[in-house]
Amino acid sequence: MNLLEILIAVPAAGFLVTLLMPRAQEQFVKLFTLGVSLLVFALSLGLVTGYESGKTGQQFVHNVVWISNPDIHWHVGIDGLSLWLIILSTFLTPIAILISWSYIKKQVKEFFAFLLLLEFGLIGVFAAWDLFLFYTFWEVVLVPMYFLIGIWGHDRRIYAAVKFFLYTMVGSVLMLAAIIYVYTLAGTFDYATILELFRSGRIALNHTQETLLFLAFFLAFAIKVPLFPLHTWLPDAHVEAPTAGSLMLASVMLKMGTYGLVRFCLPMFPIAARENAGWINVLAIIGIIYGALVAMVQPNMKKLVAYSSVSHLGFVVLGIFSFTQMGLDGAVYQMLNHGISTGALFVLVGFLYERRHSLAIKDFGGVATAAPWLAITFLITTLASIGLPMLNNFVGEFLILQGAAQAKFAWTAFAAVGVILSACYMLWMYQRVFFGPLSDDVKHHMPELNMREWACIVPLIVMMVWMGMRTQTFLPAVSETTAQILERTSPAAMVVPAAGSPAVAVALPSVEIAKGGDQNAR
Amino acid sequence: MPANFAPSADDMLRFGPETILTIAGTLLMVLDPLFAKKLPRMFGHLSIAALVAAIFAAVAASSVPGLAFSNLLIVDGFGTYFRILVLCIGILAVLSSYMYLEREQAETGEYHALILFSIMGQCVMVTANDLIMIFIGLEISSIATYILAGYLRNDKRNNEAALKYFLLGSFATGFFLYGIAIIYGLTGTTQLGAIRSSLNTPETSLMVAGVAAALMFVGLCFKVSGAPFQVWAPDVYQGAPAPVSAFMATGPKAAAFAIFLRIFLTAFDRIAVSWAPVVWACALASMTIGNFAALTQNNLKRMLAYSSIAHAGYILVALASNSEIGTAAAMFYLGAYALMNLGAFAVIVYISGKGETNLRLEDLAGLGRKQPFTAAMMTVFLLSLIGVPLTGGFFGKFYIFRAALDAHLTWLAVLGLLNSAVAAYYYLRLLVVMYMHEPGEVTNALEAPGPALQAALILPAVGTFFLGILPGTVLSFAQAASSFVK
Repeated sequence: MNLLEILIAVPAAGFLVTLLMPRAQEQFVKLFTLGVSLLVFALSLGLVTGYESGKTGQQFVHNVVWISNPDIHWHVGIDGLSLWLIILSTFLTPIAILISWSYIKKQVKEFFAFLLLLEFGLIGVFAAWDLFLFYTFWEVVLVPMYFLIGIWGHDRRIYAAVKFFLYTMVGSVLMLAAIIYVYTLAGTFDYATILELFRSGRIALNHTQETLLFLAFFLAFAIKVPLFPLHTWLPDAHVEAPTAGSLMLASVMLKMGTYGLVRFCLPMFPIAARENAGWINVLAIIGIIYGALVAMVQPNMKKLVAYSSVSHLGFVVLGIFSFTQMGLDGAVYQMLNHGISTGALFVLVGFLYERRHSLAIKDFGGVATAAPWLAITFLITTLASIGLPMLNNFVGEFLILQGAAQAKFAWTAFAAVGVILSACYMLWMYQRVFFGPLSDDVKHHMPELNMREWACIVPLIVMMVWMGMRTQTFLPAVSETTAQILERTSPAAMVVPAAGSPAVAVALPSVEIAKGGDQNAR
Repeated sequence: MPANFAPSADDMLRFGPETILTIAGTLLMVLDPLFAKKLPRMFGHLSIAALVAAIFAAVAASSVPGLAFSNLLIVDGFGTYFRILVLCIGILAVLSSYMYLEREQAETGEYHALILFSIMGQCVMVTANDLIMIFIGLEISSIATYILAGYLRNDKRNNEAALKYFLLGSFATGFFLYGIAIIYGLTGTTQLGAIRSSLNTPETSLMVAGVAAALMFVGLCFKVSGAPFQVWAPDVYQGAPAPVSAFMATGPKAAAFAIFLRIFLTAFDRIAVSWAPVVWACALASMTIGNFAALTQNNLKRMLAYSSIAHAGYILVALASNSEIGTAAAMFYLGAYALMNLGAFAVIVYISGKGETNLRLEDLAGLGRKQPFTAAMMTVFLLSLIGVPLTGGFFGKFYIFRAALDAHLTWLAVLGLLNSAVAAYYYLRLLVVMYMHEPGEVTNALEAPGPALQAALILPAVGTFFLGILPGTVLSFAQAASSFVK
């Protein structure tokens, strides 16, 4: 059992132990799950220190047979792409537990147990190197989130939970069909082997096969991202979920979709991915602008943040399907950024909700007078979210826009509108909630941040600044991996050699510009 | 014809489970007047003991594989698998009957004897090597089940269920018998292997064989409640006593699928090109009708009845793939399905109350709060019915759709998988009601389940997880068993 497997096992064990605890011991349950999640986070830092940059392929690998027939392996490992997403999951789970401390009043034991089950599934998704194992974890994640929304959510929670489950399920079954189809071709579920078989041309997909398989995988991931027009489950799920649910959903679960695109869609089906990039990017840009416009008119803070996610995730998809080093780096970086800053927004909106028991913007006003520290942390988060330089989102958005411009300038031109719009809706909401006259209602319900809340928000703000100023902590590992993925999808690497030389010519400068972009970002 | 009809010792061993069940069933009938008042629970204990003994006998029989009684029976891996499966189904059905019979004050030896006889018939079916034996087994199993469906003879719905099941069932059996007659006329034999070789000779008319296959298909499709012969299932499952519905949806169905596979893959292998498309269409129709009809059901038993039609459709997909992988997948699925379905029905037995008055969806409201253990078990069964990974139901579906893709039935696999997404909706409704609604009158009044019912919940849940996490052992057994003696 290596460190990665311990990381997967500890939350699962914690989940089972929590279920066996007596129902009445609520405080102990909370402390126990917090302890488990902090332990997992501490252990996960070992992945960062143990990660050797410059090595190709996965690290912390463990590969044993799980089921002999069909040949399914317990194959886990990480590369630069999964490394930081796993850290993101382990980093946010203790925060999710802390923000639920006083918020959850019924069925306390089950709630915290489900958070650990969720963490187990998330780490597993990002660590799996066997298609079947990946699918297993992908579905396992669905169950705790379904219950989190459905049991502890707001008024329309049941509708939202079922919608969430069914949307994901429809995408997943098609992906399952595609996975089994790949298996019938390759005779294995092992992802590395499948990639090698595809790359070497020993398994040649014809054009229709590749396109259909690509679309089956793509649909599952696009629903999860969510890409316009498949996003309609997201506002419901976010608004109805308890704060911890929204946090984990926005920060990590949406990344399962974009992660899947980068990890599976691009390397396995490079030709189809490139062919379809056009309309996908158009949808991504529509998502960016549409999400921002809809966010602008929302009277509900959580819904506003939810639609802003649609907009932000559009950037990520645009970066992925720009097929440039910078775009892809930016996309991965933006996945992490969005996890931190939107996560923080949900946390802060949760704080406001716990005080005022309302999410409607009109029920607030003048909060800055009553709770200045709350206002300041909210302001920093808002600025991070709209992409102020020195804070994290700026780096990601910049890289994505630059990368997209290398591919096609028009994409950048349209997508940049989204950046401007994000400033509009976020600042406008900030103004209405925190400034203006302070009503008595608000005044009596607006205590300053307490210690527990500080403990939730400070780590997030530290990360916003850190990721905005010290990109070299995170980006090198990401770049190495994305470079490998990009190389695999470059026309030069494909079996058809005709377009070989121009592709290299395009690929090389993009790497250099990517480094230049780094410098700028710092 | 062999001159010596005296069975050998090995033959007796191969027929062990059936012998034990018959003796135990008869004994129960004899004991009924003696103990019905004093020790009503004893009948259940006795039948469980008999079923466990029969499992050992089935294992012992598998040590002497081969043909028995002048080639009428065949003890092979396939037969052994299904024997053990139906015996386990019997144990779980009896376990969930304790509470039901006590509540209805209807503990008799007759009930348990009928269950044992029905299982005995199923054991004959799955090990039969001859159409006549198959028919005899089918009749023993069916007649016992007809009576069981109307067991509470003063209950109107029980009577309706029994009558419907009996009339339609006899009609379907008639088709099956007619098919046997035609095959006998065509080939001069009723033994599966001999029919197969006869069909392989050029002078046999494949058209006539096709007609016989079609007639037998009608009979069998009825027994497994596959579309378009599924109409009886919702009414009968709804009307029959809950533990009997659980039994009907699993035991006779598993045995019927076993003979379905054996007859069509052994005897009618030659004309697979003509029956495979029919099975394809029936599979799709069963899945679609079952799932879409279940969406709107508000009665728990009816919903599970439609869900069982849909699951029959999934298994027909395996049959349509007409391969050893498909057979193994069907075997695995029937095992997983039996566990999750019996478990779900055990929960229904638990909540339904005297006279089965509480069968509405809302009657489950707040079960998660009031009876967390039972609700957790139900969750396991529902997740398995949906097909969420790490449960047996998921691997069952996975193997079936893999077999379908292997056989290039790509569209059937895709449509089947989409169907399972539709199915998720109505299973989720149960989860929603259990966990997300406030407890109602019914759940407030519930008392914790007794030991027998607890066993009827825990055993299938453990089995479901076992099949979901370590499916390899069962699947490799099924695969080894799936090559028929041809």
